[in-house]
Amino acid sequence: MKRLFNFNLPPLLSVGPAALFLTVFFIAPFAIIAVYSLMEADPFGGVRRAFSADAYIQFLFTRDWDGNLQFDLSYLNIFWRSFALAAGATVLCLAAAFPAAYYIATQPRRRRGLLLLLITVPFWANLLVRTYCWVLILRDSGLVNGWLIAFDLISTPLPLMYTDGAILVGLTYTYLPFMALPIYASLEKTDWRLIEASRDLYAGHRQTLARVVFPLARPGVIAGCIMVFIPSLGAFIAPSLLGGGRNLMIGSLIQLQFSSSRNWPFGAASALILLAFVLLLLYLWRRRSGRDGRDDGESIW
Amino acid sequence: MPGFGAWTWVFYIFLYLPLVILVVFSFNAGRSATVWSGFSLDWYARAFGNESIQRATVNSLIVAFSAMTAATVLALLAALALMRGRRFRGGTVFRVTLLAPLMIPEIVTAVATLTFFSALGMQLGLFNVFIAHTVFCIPFAYLPIAARLSNLDESLECAARDLYAGAWRAFRRVTLPLAMPGIAAGAMLAFIISLDDFVITLMVADAGSTTLPVYIFGMVRMGTSPEINAVSTALLAVTTVIIVFHYYLSNSAKNRP
Amino acid sequence: MIELQDISKSFGADVVALKHVSFTVAENEFFTLLGPSGCGKTTLLRIIAGFEFTDSGDVLLDGGDIAQLPPEKRPVNTVFQNYALFPHMNVLQNVAFGMEMRGIERVEAADSARRMLSQVMLDDFAERFPAQLSGGQQQRVALARALINRPRVLLLDEPLSALDFKLRKTMRIELKRLQRDTGITFIFVTHDQEEALALSDRIAVMRDGEVRQIGAPMDVYEKPADRFVADFIGETNFLAGRVEAGGGDGTGDGAGDSTGGDSSRVNSLRVTLGDGSTVTARSQNANAADLRGAVTLAIRPERVALSAAATPGGVAGAIDEVVYQGNTTRYQITLQSGDRIAALETNAAAATAQFAAGDRVGARFEPQSLWVLQE
Repeated sequence: MKRLFNFNLPPLLSVGPAALFLTVFFIAPFAIIAVYSLMEADPFGGVRRAFSADAYIQFLFTRDWDGNLQFDLSYLNIFWRSFALAAGATVLCLAAAFPAAYYIATQPRRRRGLLLLLITVPFWANLLVRTYCWVLILRDSGLVNGWLIAFDLISTPLPLMYTDGAILVGLTYTYLPFMALPIYASLEKTDWRLIEASRDLYAGHRQTLARVVFPLARPGVIAGCIMVFIPSLGAFIAPSLLGGGRNLMIGSLIQLQFSSSRNWPFGAASALILLAFVLLLLYLWRRRSGRDGRDDGESIW
Repeated sequence: MPGFGAWTWVFYIFLYLPLVILVVFSFNAGRSATVWSGFSLDWYARAFGNESIQRATVNSLIVAFSAMTAATVLALLAALALMRGRRFRGGTVFRVTLLAPLMIPEIVTAVATLTFFSALGMQLGLFNVFIAHTVFCIPFAYLPIAARLSNLDESLECAARDLYAGAWRAFRRVTLPLAMPGIAAGAMLAFIISLDDFVITLMVADAGSTTLPVYIFGMVRMGTSPEINAVSTALLAVTTVIIVFHYYLSNSAKNRP
Repeated sequence: MIELQDISKSFGADVVALKHVSFTVAENEFFTLLGPSGCGKTTLLRIIAGFEFTDSGDVLLDGGDIAQLPPEKRPVNTVFQNYALFPHMNVLQNVAFGMEMRGIERVEAADSARRMLSQVMLDDFAERFPAQLSGGQQQRVALARALINRPRVLLLDEPLSALDFKLRKTMRIELKRLQRDTGITFIFVTHDQEEALALSDRIAVMRDGEVRQIGAPMDVYEKPADRFVADFIGETNFLAGRVEAGGGDGTGDGAGDSTGGDSSRVNSLRVTLGDGSTVTARSQNANAADLRGAVTLAIRPERVALSAAATPGGVAGAIDEVVYQGNTTRYQITLQSGDRIAALETNAAAATAQFAAGDRVGARFEPQSLWVLQE
C-alpha cells in the first residue's frame, strides 16, 4: 500500500515510546528467564549465579540419593496431560461452537447483533470468575451434588471436583467464546447462495455441511482452535481451582516453581519449553494463513 | 441445517447458566449454594464492608486506570506510526512484539515479568503491577485503534492538508476526532483487561498490592464464602456494562463513514 | 501558468508511475488528463497537489518551483474522487475549513462559506452532515470547499465517477459553467473519453506513465497520434496495409489542418491493402515520404461509407451482421483483404436498414479521416 507522509511524527516520538517500553518490560524479561533457566536454583527462591543445565535435565531424569540420573516420566506426564486436556477442550469447543456460530450467521441482521453480543460478554468476562462458577456447581456441597442428594439419588457426594473431567469442563466453558467468534467471523462473509447452489446440485444437508460450509469456515475454525488450544495449554486458573493439588497442568507446574517449590530455573525452563511449543504452533498457523492469503486471526477484533 | 437452532439454545444455556447460578446465589440469604433461602443483599454489604476487599478494589482501580491510560497512549502512537507514517525498518517486528502478549500464555509472561523485577530488585508495589498490566494491555488498546485508522480514508487527511492545514492541525482537526471511537474502544478494552487480570497480578504483586481478582482467588482457595459470589458478581457487572457499551460504540462506528 | 518539466516518479523498485512527463497548462484552461487506470494520471495530480513528491523534474507555478512545498503551502486545491468531505463536520464547517486554516476569522469564513454555498445552490444544506446528502450534493460541497479558496489551479480527480449516469451529465454542464464563471484553471483527471471530449479545452492522453498526445478534443479525435490514442478515444477500425516504393507522393496537403496547434505537417500516402486495392491515406509523420513496408491504417466507423457492391471506387467486402441502434445502424463487415471493420450509418430519415447480413458491399474511406499510424 502507498503510504502518505501525512502524519509523520518523528519515529522517535511515535514508535519510540512503545518500542522502548516493550523492549525493557517485555523482551528483556524473556531474555532474563532464558538466562535463569541455565542457572542453579537457590532453595530460598531466585538463582545462584552459576551455570547449570539441571533445569532442562530435570524434565527427563531425577537424581537419586547417590546422584545418579534416573529416567523419570513425571514431568513429561504433566506436559502430556496438558496437551491432552487442551486438545480435548479444543474438540469440545469446536463441537459446541460450530453449529451455534453457523446458526447465528444465518440469522437476520438485528437478531445476529444480539446473539453476538451474548457471546462477546463472556468472551471478555473475568476468567477467574467464570471458572469459579464451576466450583459452585461441582464441589461436594455444590449444586449438582446438593440436588442429587436432595432427590435421594445418591447418599454421599460424587467426587466431581479435583478431577481431569472438572478441568476439561472448566477449560471448555471458559474458552468457548474464543472458538465461536472466529468461526462466526468467517461464516458471516459467506454467500448463502452457495448453500442453495449445493442443495440445488443434489447435495443433502450433511454433504453440504461437509463439502461446502466447513471448507468455507476453515480459516475461522483454525483460528478458533488456536485461540482455544494455546491458552488451554498454558492454563493456570482451571487446574488450580478445579484440579486441586494433584492434577497439575504446565501452567500450574510453572507457577509452583516460582512459589512453593522455589525452583526458579526449572520454572523458567518449563515456561520456555511451553513458549517454544506455542511459537511453533503460531508459526505454522501464520505460514498457513499467509499461504491462503488471509489474515484470519485479527479479523475478529 | 436442521437441529442447529436447538443446539444454539443449548449452547447459550451452557454459556450463561453457571453465571446465572453465581448471580442468583450472591443474593441468597443463606450460606448454601444449593438451597434458596430468600433474597438478601447481606453478602454485598458484608463484602463491601470488608477492609481487605476495599483495599483490593482501590488497588484494582488505580492499576486499571493508569494501565489503561499508559497503554492507550502508547498504542495510539504506535498505531499512527504503523498505519499512517512512512514504512520503517523493523516495522513488522515492532508490530509482532506489540501483539505478542495476546498469544503468549499469560503464565509465561507472568513468570518472565516476575523474574525481571526480581533480577532488578525492583520492588515498587503497585507500580510493578502497573508496568506488567500496561505491557499486557497495549495490544488490546492497539487493535481497535489500528482497525479504526485503517478504515479511515486517507484522502480525508489529504483534504485537510490540501485545505491549508499543517500536519499537526490536520491531525488535531481530522485524524484525531475521526479515530476517537477506536481510541475509546481500545481504552475500554485495556481497562477491563487490567481490571480482570489475575494470573500476571498473582505472580507480580506483593502482599500490599493485591488486586480484587487475586483476593477472590485467595478466598476461593480458603473455602467458599458467599461473599465471593457478591464480589464476583460485582466484577462481572462492571465488565458487562463496559463491554455492552463498547459493543454499541464499535458497531455504530462501523456503520458510519 | 503551471508547467511540468520532465517529471518522473516510481514507487518502490519496479513500479514506474511517470516517465519524463512535461506539459504546460495555460491560465483559465480546462485541461484534462485522460487515460486508462494505472496510466499515472492520478499520480500526476497528486504531485501537483503535493501529496506525492517527484523523483525528478520540476513543477512550476507562475514561474516558481513548488515541487518541494507541502500541500498546505500550495495555492492549489483538490476535489477528491470520493469527495473526502469531513464526516464529523457539517457542510458549512467543511466549506469554511480552508479559510479557517488560512487564519481568516471564523465569522468571516462562515459568511464566505454561505455565499459559496449559494453559488452551488446548497443554501439550505449548511447545517447538514455529509452523510445526509445525496451524491450530487456531496459533489457540490466538495467543489465549494475547494473553490472558496480561489486556488490558482483546481485539481479534480475523477469527480464524476461516483455519480449515476444522468447526474453525471448534469454535473458536466455545471462543472463547465463553474469553470467559466470563476475563471480558475481546472486540471481534470478522468478515464472517461466522452467526458474529456465534452469538457476540455485540451486533453493529454496518457498511457503507462507517458503522455501520448496533447491537443484539443477535436485534434485528438480527428488526428490520433498513435494506435493507442486512436483506440482509446472513440472507436477505430484498424487495417493492415503496405506502402510500396514510390507510394508517398510527398505533398503536404495541409487541408483540414487549421485546428492543429502542435501536430506537424500532414502528408498524403498511397497505401496498398491486403487484397491489392489501393487507398489514399494521411500521415502526421514528417518523414512520411520515406515510409516503406507494412503500416497500420486507422479509420473511424462513421467515416466508412457503404455502397452496393457494383459501385466503383470502394474496397470490396461482405456484411456479417447488422445491428440497429436507433439513431444509427452498425454494420460488421469482412473486407476482401481479410480485415474486419465496423461501419456506422446515421439513420437521418425514417428508413429500413439499407443492407442485410450477407450482402456484398463496397466500403469507401473518407481520405481526410484515413490515417497511417505510427506504431
